[in-house]
Amino acid sequence: MSKLNSTDGRAAARAAEEERDGELGAAGARLSTAPREERPDAATETGGVPAMGVVGWVRWFWRQLTSMRVALILLFLLSLGAIPGSLIPQTGADELKVQTFKAAHTTVTPIYEKLQLFDVYSSVWFSAIYILLFVSLIGCIVPRTLQFVGQLRGRPPGAPKRLDRLPAYTTWRTGATPEEVHGAALSLLRRRRFRSHVTGSAVAAEKGYLREAGNLIFHVALIVMLVAFAAGQLFKSEGGKLIVEGDGFSNTLPQYDDFRSGSLYDTDELEPFSFTLDKFVSTYERTGPQRGTARTFEAHVTYARGADGEEKKDVITVNDPLEVDGTKVYVISHGYAPVVTVKDGSGKQIFKGAVPLLPRDANITSTGAIKVMDGYRDKDGERDQLGFQAFFVPTFAGAGNGTMLSQFPAPDNPVLALNALHGSLGVDSGLPQNVYQLDTTKLKPFKDADGNDLKQRLAVGDTMNLPDGAGSVTFEGVEEWASFQISKQPASGWALTGAVAAIAGLAGSLFIQRRRVWVRAVRGTDGVTVVEMAGLGRSESAKLPEELSALATALYDRAPGVLDHDPTATDPGPDVPAAASAEGAEK
Amino acid sequence: MNLAAATNENLAHTSNVLIYSSMAVYTLAFFAYIAEWVFGSRSKVGRTAAALSGEGTAAAAGPVVLGGPTIVTRSAAGTRDVPDGPGASGGTYRGDMWGRIAISLTVVGFLVEACGVIARAMSVERAPWANMYEFSITFSTVAVGAFLVLLALGKNVRWMGLALVTTVLLDLGVATTTLYTDSDQLVPALHSYWLWIHVSTAIICGAVFYLGAVGTLLYLFRDSYENKIAQGGTPGKFARSVLDRLPSAASLDKFSYRINAAVFPLWTFTIIAGAIWAGDAWGRYWGWDPKETWSFITWVAYACYLHARATAGWKGRKAAYLALIAFGCWLFNYYGVNIFITGKHSYAGV
Ligand code: HEM
Repeated sequence: MSKLNSTDGRAAARAAEEERDGELGAAGARLSTAPREERPDAATETGGVPAMGVVGWVRWFWRQLTSMRVALILLFLLSLGAIPGSLIPQTGADELKVQTFKAAHTTVTPIYEKLQLFDVYSSVWFSAIYILLFVSLIGCIVPRTLQFVGQLRGRPPGAPKRLDRLPAYTTWRTGATPEEVHGAALSLLRRRRFRSHVTGSAVAAEKGYLREAGNLIFHVALIVMLVAFAAGQLFKSEGGKLIVEGDGFSNTLPQYDDFRSGSLYDTDELEPFSFTLDKFVSTYERTGPQRGTARTFEAHVTYARGADGEEKKDVITVNDPLEVDGTKVYVISHGYAPVVTVKDGSGKQIFKGAVPLLPRDANITSTGAIKVMDGYRDKDGERDQLGFQAFFVPTFAGAGNGTMLSQFPAPDNPVLALNALHGSLGVDSGLPQNVYQLDTTKLKPFKDADGNDLKQRLAVGDTMNLPDGAGSVTFEGVEEWASFQISKQPASGWALTGAVAAIAGLAGSLFIQRRRVWVRAVRGTDGVTVVEMAGLGRSESAKLPEELSALATALYDRAPGVLDHDPTATDPGPDVPAAASAEGAEK
Repeated sequence: MNLAAATNENLAHTSNVLIYSSMAVYTLAFFAYIAEWVFGSRSKVGRTAAALSGEGTAAAAGPVVLGGPTIVTRSAAGTRDVPDGPGASGGTYRGDMWGRIAISLTVVGFLVEACGVIARAMSVERAPWANMYEFSITFSTVAVGAFLVLLALGKNVRWMGLALVTTVLLDLGVATTTLYTDSDQLVPALHSYWLWIHVSTAIICGAVFYLGAVGTLLYLFRDSYENKIAQGGTPGKFARSVLDRLPSAASLDKFSYRINAAVFPLWTFTIIAGAIWAGDAWGRYWGWDPKETWSFITWVAYACYLHARATAGWKGRKAAYLALIAFGCWLFNYYGVNIFITGKHSYAGV
């Protein structure tokens, strides 16, 4: 029922529109450069198929693609297509989550993979939507720009025959001559920055071209943003590096823990600079329901430009990266690195260092591995390797309180628990090794006196002795580490410029009304001049009658009404409804 | 130090009391709006039917007169020339009185709620929008504030009062019961002046889009109603009583278009500000995080709506559906993404 209604309504609206077009002729034309709609029913008259050859088809396809209707559909598809990527884990955002998802949903995974649902935003189908949209956009902008330039060079169209049919209208009789009225109207309109000229018996004026310009700028800015974004993806570089307090980094490829770059990136472009992590400061909420929530993360660094530039100090915080020649250094996460010394049976120190461990929960319960690869000899003087599985809690609950889970993220009562093993760490096997895990296939646990696997909890300063004079491990203290992301994203300046232009263009497009005003002055048979003024906007607006009123009042002052005028002259006549539209009623 | 903490706790408590008080006042306003609609139903104006069936002369406002020549306006071709309804009070004296009481109560509720938000901000010593509770109370304050600004500007929006206060009560109810979070400081990622810029504009956009969505929804009802009358049908009694008092479909449509068009550039700005912030905080300005994705979806949906308005065959009802879908996307971005999807946008204590 309601569908029927709306169809009827549309047909009525279209008929009325056609009537208006017919009535206004050129006067109402080209108030916008929007492409003329292809009437859907016009296409169906010929069965929707163009009766032409290949060229005809291509033309038809192009006309479809650059029509507003198809742009609308593509926009809708674009928003629809973006949805799955927000519901299904994405490789680009969180690789780990994708793996977990794949393991948990074995039935849908192959289907999802086929549909590229783990990489929605770089998938073929998503790319197809936005590429089509942007082709459509270009195909739309170019002719619109040409048309707009034409409009700027041309002049506002002449007055329609019946001004009283326009949305806002007024008339009066004056003693001034038509030429005087024209002159007054021209100067008045020009002072208000209307483009105006006299054609025939009327002054034609137009204003608000910035609306069209803004709209075109907005659409061009969208293209600039897309291109900048694409360029950023192709030329970007991004790497991670974990640094313990006191250690440094210099920006060369081998120094990165991991490194990714766009397909057109050249690693020679790595900006030469280096920095040292002097200190990492973290504080946490001590009381209240948010106890344990991080409050400050500050990485205090000393950095230098180039190979041997001047050293400067800086503090990197979460929202404030260090920027060196277009490369930005962000602090991403932090954790603890217990400092341990390992001695062999003879008491010789063979390892001393801070070993970064990976946080496992919000209170920074951490795990990792300590690997002693070189220099260790067992009690018989044989070469051997040592491995320790390490568990670390910055705040230990206290002995007898069960698990090795941290109670608070700050190092209030740090405890390190170690499992000791020896044998081959498997480092030489050629396979890449995870530094945070022990490959235990060729390792044998040390045994304690009862024959159980040797493990011990150490407070700072404690030592764990390995059995049978195999050596010892001492927990010396705790350092903090921070992991950094070092990234360079070119073209972000362009993206920002595009964004600013887009907003400015949009504001022009949506807040400026393009409108035309005509002032007709004709000497009547009685020798008195009849002035008629009318305004037309692209869309109905309450501003239009207000502006016309202001203009008419100003013009009325220069071409005052004649006192003896026939009262019916101000009556716009029988065609014009006496009641104002809803528009007029609005304040 | 401890003194400061105690002061803050007191302020937080004051804020809670103020929020509850504002709910009480809004509840009173709610009943006053109901009274306005009930008393207004006794009016026998029936303008719409009169205008559409061509009988009688519709009582519309006169032409715009600013001294000097008289301007005659005419609605654009293709739109129905239907006068706006008289509003909830139906032009009756008692209805109008209740309506005025309702508006006054809304103003009081707004002031109390705004004080609640400010007290909250002072207690946490930062912008009051770091978690969903704070976001919700600020959101409803801004929505009511926008409504009152429109009223103060003399816009014809009184018809919206009941719908607005109802949803504000719902919003505050959910906020105080399930979303409540004790006031506290920010996690480091939120320590940025972009918090002020990005989140405040996001809240303003949502609140004003919401007013637009109410207008759109009522437009759809009112349009069906007018269609039915235009076809010679007789709408139900309830529809006659309630819908007849609303502004005309054309006015409602224009209202929601203006609102949406006015906010769209601000929404664009919000997204861009968010991208700049993400660039500083996370090392990339766009990463298809769920919140980013849904902001984008919302943006494209509104762009779709604006396009539809400029496309023949899509004006009117179809465009209105798109506007509702777009607002639905905004809502999902706010509630759905926070609750069902985890991403980088961490709101403490959802
Ligand atoms: C990338 C996707 C696009 C977005 C986000 C977008 C967005 C917008 C927005 C927000 C407006 C509203 C401005 C207004 O109402 O005056 C608009 C207007 C317009 N757009 Fe697009 N647009 C896109 C693609 C296109 C394409 C492909 C075309 C060509 C078919 C097009 C043609 C137009 C035209 C002609 C207008 C002006 C309508 C009028 O005069 O009111 N747009 N666009």
